[in-house]
Amino acid sequence: MTTSIEASKDNIELTAPVPMTPLQEFWHYFSSNKGALGGLIVIALIFFMALFANFIAPHSPSDQYRDALLLPPAWLEGGNWSFVLGTDDVGRDILSRLIYGSRLSIAVGIVAVTASLVMGILLGLVAGYCKGVVDTAIMRIVDIMLAMPSLLLAIAIVAILGPSIVNAALAISIVSLPHYVRLTRAATMAEMSRDYVTSSRVIGASPLRLMFVCILPNCLAPLIVQATLGFSTAILDMAALGFLGLGAQPPTPEWGSMLANALQFVQRAWWVVTFPGLMILITVLAFNLMGDGLRDALDPKLKQ
Amino acid sequence: MFQFIFRRLSLVIPTFIGITLLTFTLIRLIPGDPIDVMAGERGVSAERHAELSAQLGFDKPLYIQYFRYVTGVLQGDLGNSLVTKEPVMSEFLTLFPATIELATCAAIFAILIGLPAGIFAAVKRGTIVDHSVMTFSLTGYSMPIFWWALLLMLVFSVNLGWTPVSGRIDVTYWIDDVTGFMLIDTFLSDEEGAFGSAVSHLILPSIVLGTIPMAVIARMTRSSMLEVLSEDYIRTARAKGIAPWRVIVIHALRNALIPVITVIGLQVGILLSGAILTETVFAWPGIGKWLIESIGRRDYPVVQGGILIVACIIIVVNLLVDITYGIVNPRIRHSR
Amino acid sequence: MSLLQLENLSVTFGNFRAVDNISYKVEEGEVLGIVGESGSGKSVSSLSIMGLIDFPGKVNAEQLTFDNQDLLAMPEKQRRRLTGSDIAMIFQDPMTSLNPCFTVGYQIIEALKTHQGGSKKELKARAIELLTQVGIPAPESRLDNYPHQLSGGMSQRVMIAISIACNPRLLIADEPTTALDVTIQAQIIDLLIDLQRKKQMGLVLITHDLALVAEVAHRVIVMYAGQIVESGPASEVFSTPKHPYTQALLASLPESAAGKARLEALPGVVPGQYDRPLGCLLSPRCPYATDHCRKVEPANQGDLNRQVKCHTPLDSEGRPAA
Repeated sequence: MTTSIEASKDNIELTAPVPMTPLQEFWHYFSSNKGALGGLIVIALIFFMALFANFIAPHSPSDQYRDALLLPPAWLEGGNWSFVLGTDDVGRDILSRLIYGSRLSIAVGIVAVTASLVMGILLGLVAGYCKGVVDTAIMRIVDIMLAMPSLLLAIAIVAILGPSIVNAALAISIVSLPHYVRLTRAATMAEMSRDYVTSSRVIGASPLRLMFVCILPNCLAPLIVQATLGFSTAILDMAALGFLGLGAQPPTPEWGSMLANALQFVQRAWWVVTFPGLMILITVLAFNLMGDGLRDALDPKLKQ
Repeated sequence: MFQFIFRRLSLVIPTFIGITLLTFTLIRLIPGDPIDVMAGERGVSAERHAELSAQLGFDKPLYIQYFRYVTGVLQGDLGNSLVTKEPVMSEFLTLFPATIELATCAAIFAILIGLPAGIFAAVKRGTIVDHSVMTFSLTGYSMPIFWWALLLMLVFSVNLGWTPVSGRIDVTYWIDDVTGFMLIDTFLSDEEGAFGSAVSHLILPSIVLGTIPMAVIARMTRSSMLEVLSEDYIRTARAKGIAPWRVIVIHALRNALIPVITVIGLQVGILLSGAILTETVFAWPGIGKWLIESIGRRDYPVVQGGILIVACIIIVVNLLVDITYGIVNPRIRHSR
Repeated sequence: MSLLQLENLSVTFGNFRAVDNISYKVEEGEVLGIVGESGSGKSVSSLSIMGLIDFPGKVNAEQLTFDNQDLLAMPEKQRRRLTGSDIAMIFQDPMTSLNPCFTVGYQIIEALKTHQGGSKKELKARAIELLTQVGIPAPESRLDNYPHQLSGGMSQRVMIAISIACNPRLLIADEPTTALDVTIQAQIIDLLIDLQRKKQMGLVLITHDLALVAEVAHRVIVMYAGQIVESGPASEVFSTPKHPYTQALLASLPESAAGKARLEALPGVVPGQYDRPLGCLLSPRCPYATDHCRKVEPANQGDLNRQVKCHTPLDSEGRPAA
């Protein structure tokens, strides 16, 4: 086959474009998705904000300016350009709190997703590879965890362990575990029936090698997509726990807990309510867009 | 068909046992002695401690405690609230209808908007309709529920004054508690305008609670429709010369809805957890608000009982969804 | 005037030409066989006749007429009236071509209701009659069966019943037996030919089974990479092929390899999207290719009755003209 096409290349001018490498192809599909690209840019900005919060934020998040309580945003009457988005009821600059809050959200997101991803992959690989009793046991536990709404379970865990950021992160990683286990297990079982795994086994590859070198790389695509979407769930859950007073405790600046007492300000100071939530929305939207873009770019069925 | 149902039913039992184990251990994980925890700040004398210990069975081995717990649960006894001293089960039953009413209205909203939106987006794939539907639904489930609630409240209740801020009905009305469902009770009562008041109180919370399910349903319907529309039998239907709308509504939809039914059923879990946040914002007297307050008050029997009941509800709903799926899918319906 | 006539029909998907300027006609009561490898564009050209090519595919043609009616200029609604009644099509995989949610009876009656109409009783009677015509025993009980309860051969018979329900003038059969067992294949083909003769339908039979075409078709078209390379009466094309590709196809049959150690095959593969040659599409593989062949696309030589797309068509000895 190759010879005749090479021979034809010498004699004939090709009329069509050369096919792309897998990485090029992935980037081509991903970047043609405007939403995904936008999401990527926003996420990069937020990461930047989280890393360099000390340098970017105009004020410290816990500084209280007693003479500037509940100041409206700078462009409104009564506003002050040193507090661009206004201040809250104890005089803290909202913009600075939002910037520092991104640090927390990103950190919790990374920790929670990484922890549940690693545990989930391990359990899923073991369940899919070993099958039998081990598989049934693991899947029963997963089913039980999935039988409860994740937020409820997270609330229960935090309620038991005591409200704090660490416990909230722990709770979030526990409740996202089932998704990764299921995904990895399904992908593992699908790969196990493939010929290349059988031939590796026949050659004598050890189970560990089979799991991590042969099977795992092929399950990576859906896992990456799930992890990205899991990040957005983590941020939402963290905010929900914060809102309920079960996550970050005052005075820690966390987007959700900034909304915890906002109910009373709905009439007087809409900016206390609007901006933290908007921040959450934008961040989660960015992760979801990127996750969707990743899924579309990595899924061979959707390609034309 | 019956084998299928039987197999599904038999899976429920180990899951139920697992849930009871989970709730049982969760409470035992609380740091500190359970009786001291229950006594709270007042503390309790050593002899009272021993008395209570024997009474509540804390001196028995763990597995006996668990056994007593499970038998109690099966009889509907979930213990008493530490705060109100009332049985957890009866408190639950009093507050549950409010949550059901809210959740049902939210579900209706989600299906009525999400389903047609998803179908439309699939049929008009790649057009502006498709993109807008997808954008809206993406925004819908990227939003924190509690913020959405606050935002809507800000715009519609505070600024425009179109909807009330909280509660199920204006405080000026006194309605007899016949069914626990405000819509039905106000309808049955003679009070003027009570029904309208009940409806207006339901609007915002239902929209807030139903937003995420609506987004999920729209997406799922769209992708299911797209998959079905590319199937061979749709090509056959079109080759028969059938009008396009018939192809979509009669041939495609029936097949496309099958996975969507499963998704709708799974929204129950999302509705229940969303109810927790929605009820808190709108001061809706349902079990969500009750659970959160109990956590704050360290009312552990309520927390334990509440979680158990919610989990059981979800298990039952999942079972029903699976069975409905089996009925609707002709391949399973006709198997033995 | 022919029953169906296409002139310079092309179907493109973005940059890719699935069907490249083909022209052919089908007469009333004639069986036309279309042969070619997978990816030669045989199915796509038929789907475009039926109007079933969707976005992002585009259909262009100088002429596409059925029974003197211009299919391209026709409004959507009018074309739909023809589809399924005057022009019908059956597809390759009967197991997935029937809607799993509806009974066999419902799907047959639907075809009848769409174009004809009648009372419930009449429709049911007609459905039973159709099932008998396609050779399904105990048709009354079959009406309530669901597609997954039928075998492959049975499903294909039901598909055929649906397609002949409104007495089509032209039936397009896209690889109707490829997905079926060998023993059933012969039965289905016999059924199709039998129905064709009885109703004097035009039948377009798309397949890659050369022996079948040689046996049942009046005329045959050979397609390669979206182009028609040769067409003519079946007997002529198979006894004295004029195009090197047809010659190679015939040479690759197991029958031609009697006594030899290997089957004969042309080296190389069908050009895809990325390696379409500038001149003749077969030139990378053709044993008789010249520089001229590689640079210039050959014109169609001959008329619609016996045509070949080659610079140097083969003579009766099987050698290229000078």
